[in-house]
Amino acid sequence: MNTLLIFVVLILVAIAVWQLTKIFELSQFNIKKDDSQIANDKDNDYNGKLMFAFLAFIYLFTIFSFWEWGEVLLPRSASEHGVEIDTLMWVSMALILFVQTITQAVLHYFSYRYRGKKTQIAFFLTDNDRLEFIWTIIPAIVLAVLIFAGLFQWTSITNIENNDEALVVEVYAQQFNWKARYAGADGVLGDANVRFLQDFDGLNLVGIDSSDPNGLDDIVVQELHLPKGREVIFKFRSQDVLHSAFMPHFRAQMNCVPGMITEFAFTPNLTTEEMRQTPEMTAKVNKINKIRYDKSQKLIANGEQPLDAYQFDYLLLCNKVCGASHYNMQMKIIVEEEKDFNKWISEQKTFAQTIQ
Amino acid sequence: MVENHTHHKETFITKYIFSQDHKMISKQYLITGLLMGIVGIGMSLVFRMQLAWPEKPFGFFESFLGKWAPDGVMDPNVYLALITIHGTIMVFFVLTAGLSGTFSNLLIPLQIGARDMASGFLNMLSYWLFFLSSVVMIASLFVESGPAAAGWTVYPPLSALPQAQPGSGLGMTLWLVSMAIFVASSLLASLNYIVTVINLRTKGMSMTRLPLTIWAFFVTAIIGVISFPVLLSAALLLIMDRSFGTSFFLSDIFIQGEVLHYQGGSPVLYEHLFWFLGHPEVYIVLLPALGITSEVLATNSRKPIFGYRAMVASILAIAFLSTIVWGHHMFISGMNPFLGSVFTFTTLLIAIPSAVKAFNYITTLWKGNLQMNPAMLFSIGLVSTFITGGLTGLILGDSALDINVHDTYFVVAHFHLVMGISALYGLFAGVYHWFPKMFGRMMNKNLGYIHFWITAVCAYGIFFPMHFTGMAGLPRRYYSNTAFPYFDDLADINIVITIFALTAGAAQIVFLYNFINSIFYGKKAVQNPWKSNTLEWTAPVKHIHGNWIGEIPTVHRWAYDYSKPGHKDDFIPQNIPLFKGEEELQH
Repeated sequence: MNTLLIFVVLILVAIAVWQLTKIFELSQFNIKKDDSQIANDKDNDYNGKLMFAFLAFIYLFTIFSFWEWGEVLLPRSASEHGVEIDTLMWVSMALILFVQTITQAVLHYFSYRYRGKKTQIAFFLTDNDRLEFIWTIIPAIVLAVLIFAGLFQWTSITNIENNDEALVVEVYAQQFNWKARYAGADGVLGDANVRFLQDFDGLNLVGIDSSDPNGLDDIVVQELHLPKGREVIFKFRSQDVLHSAFMPHFRAQMNCVPGMITEFAFTPNLTTEEMRQTPEMTAKVNKINKIRYDKSQKLIANGEQPLDAYQFDYLLLCNKVCGASHYNMQMKIIVEEEKDFNKWISEQKTFAQTIQ
Repeated sequence: MVENHTHHKETFITKYIFSQDHKMISKQYLITGLLMGIVGIGMSLVFRMQLAWPEKPFGFFESFLGKWAPDGVMDPNVYLALITIHGTIMVFFVLTAGLSGTFSNLLIPLQIGARDMASGFLNMLSYWLFFLSSVVMIASLFVESGPAAAGWTVYPPLSALPQAQPGSGLGMTLWLVSMAIFVASSLLASLNYIVTVINLRTKGMSMTRLPLTIWAFFVTAIIGVISFPVLLSAALLLIMDRSFGTSFFLSDIFIQGEVLHYQGGSPVLYEHLFWFLGHPEVYIVLLPALGITSEVLATNSRKPIFGYRAMVASILAIAFLSTIVWGHHMFISGMNPFLGSVFTFTTLLIAIPSAVKAFNYITTLWKGNLQMNPAMLFSIGLVSTFITGGLTGLILGDSALDINVHDTYFVVAHFHLVMGISALYGLFAGVYHWFPKMFGRMMNKNLGYIHFWITAVCAYGIFFPMHFTGMAGLPRRYYSNTAFPYFDDLADINIVITIFALTAGAAQIVFLYNFINSIFYGKKAVQNPWKSNTLEWTAPVKHIHGNWIGEIPTVHRWAYDYSKPGHKDDFIPQNIPLFKGEEELQH
């Protein structure tokens, strides 16, 4: 019924617009016939003023958006490099907003100020090398700074050195779920290939080569646990199509490519519990739960199951379109203190135990 | 001299269908492009409704999607198909063929003073190949397994394996065939444009006297010739992988309980090939729009375009840089991070010529006598969205910052503003400005004003909030956000966006009505309605083969002598000789 109503309203709006245009057209006939598309002074005047009004609209809409939705921007970072990325991000955003505010103001003010009049004569101006020089060189300098800062960070993020301290984790993607593999006691991931997936009646979930001794103590799980304060080196694999492992809270993302192992590394610096306790996250979760509560009331009224209350967890999402259930390909990430992590991992089955 | 060409007797077929006249071909491009635009924009409204009200059944979905929307709830595969075909149609069929095809064809011969394109036959062929590829693309919507659904970039292995999704079956084959034909069409057209501009300029029309529109079309054609063949090769290799068992892009794949034989290929290779076209394509779409804007802004400001040489230089700089920045689409594809650094550097460089263009446009308005015709409004609107959309490129082009917003709605907001909306505004500005030249009649300005103001407000209303959902971490190409309660608080923003989108869609009806109505009932146009300097306005209103009766006009000055001090009129067409004592500006 709602659908039909919306559809009818849309059609009515279309008809209304159509009719309005007819009225405009008819009123045109009575005024003047010789300039059906050429703007006269009256058109110039009100469109020039509308240009100025449009500037106000851009400003107000920007302010409204920040006021109403500003809190969803860049959730607090939970990794060490993420904090630095955020600083550069906010500096860039501030610069962008500044330039946007000024240039839009100038553009729309000129459109308003110099709106045409019969008596007005335009100023014949063809070139000004000094001006051109200024607005070539200023962006060049600003960009040089941004490029330098960005490249510095990019190099430090992507420069991954294997070391004994770091935890090595394989993130394994398939349509439409994730798995994680830990290297076990020896700290080395065993060789793997999709050819081994059918070994052991499908128990070999990520295709570990059982003839490689390094692989026997590997641990394959469906939930990603990470210790706080320790560097994690991720190795990404995919068994079928492209996927992308996107962990927004850690400012981390890397594609998973069939036939290839890709890498990313970061150091988590906030446990799940600590993140849940931050004031921003508490406020966000409360807001979400209120929305879910209201929705549940409607569902209950219709005799359906209410929604579960929401509790925050870090997300691993798929961010490269991979098929029908792409939108629901996720894995929970739990960041915990080192001792909790060690306890958890000691309780998991190794590959050798799984295939026995 | 009398007319030096022979008039063939024209039948309906040679005049309206297999025409070799550039003006008719341009109209064919425009109308085909608009029809494709209706399909492309219509699709976006449908999937916007799905995003705003993901759990709500819409009865009318079922009526045209049938089994793909049981009880009015859209299937995820259909959602992916819609975004894929929306992207493909808008980028290639509307903003490449519809924009560049229309105005390059119309304006190149008329503005450089040529009787027609260098090869009328190739020109006709390029249109009909375009038409054929449109038919194939539309036909792919009706196949049993659905159209291509791997995103407009159609990355393998998703697009290569029919097991991976229904859309990678026959629909994908048709997509590839359609694109291959499209590339052929585009290459024929581009070669024709280049040859025409180089060889057929009239006497006095030196390269430094060319209007900026022609510079833009000329450089666009060169970029097209350089980059489109690479897309063709990517498409052909993908066809080989799909149908003949080769492994260019595939390796180590296990799907549907089966290990496939592919060994040694790499999807990253496909990404390189695709984006080697894909990024220049952005400029193939944008440069003609900027060229149109240059012309429309100068004419309607009654002022010379500011910094002609700088404008030409920035077009050339953008064209050069556009071919060496493709890797910024692949920062997190798994390619060597050092390459990421190189592409960050080249990508941010492109901001410099872009900034020069924006500042020159603004200075062109300064102290002008602005005639607020609908075309002028759309040109000013273009500068506005070009700035808003372009600025966020500073974030996306920076590899370190891109990590967190890559493939989120932030990207959707960025490219829709900077190339989608800007190029559409360029298309609209062009249609309003050259409608009298194309159809010999004028469009209704008040409808034009309604069209512009609703569209301008809605364009911001649609895309500005997407920066927020993107920075909140919401990925693009998600059928629904309901699988993640974490995103529940973004539902409001999605509804706001969709309401703006539906309103914007309704405003385009005003344009279509104005367009069709004016072709038949618009007021008859005079020869030079905008008091413009370029040569197309020296040709008679009624279209004739060969464009000018008698001799082709000779050119004596650049195209921007507006409001030149010491002259009575505020414009001096290019074919007027220098007055006594008048000096030509050195360009």
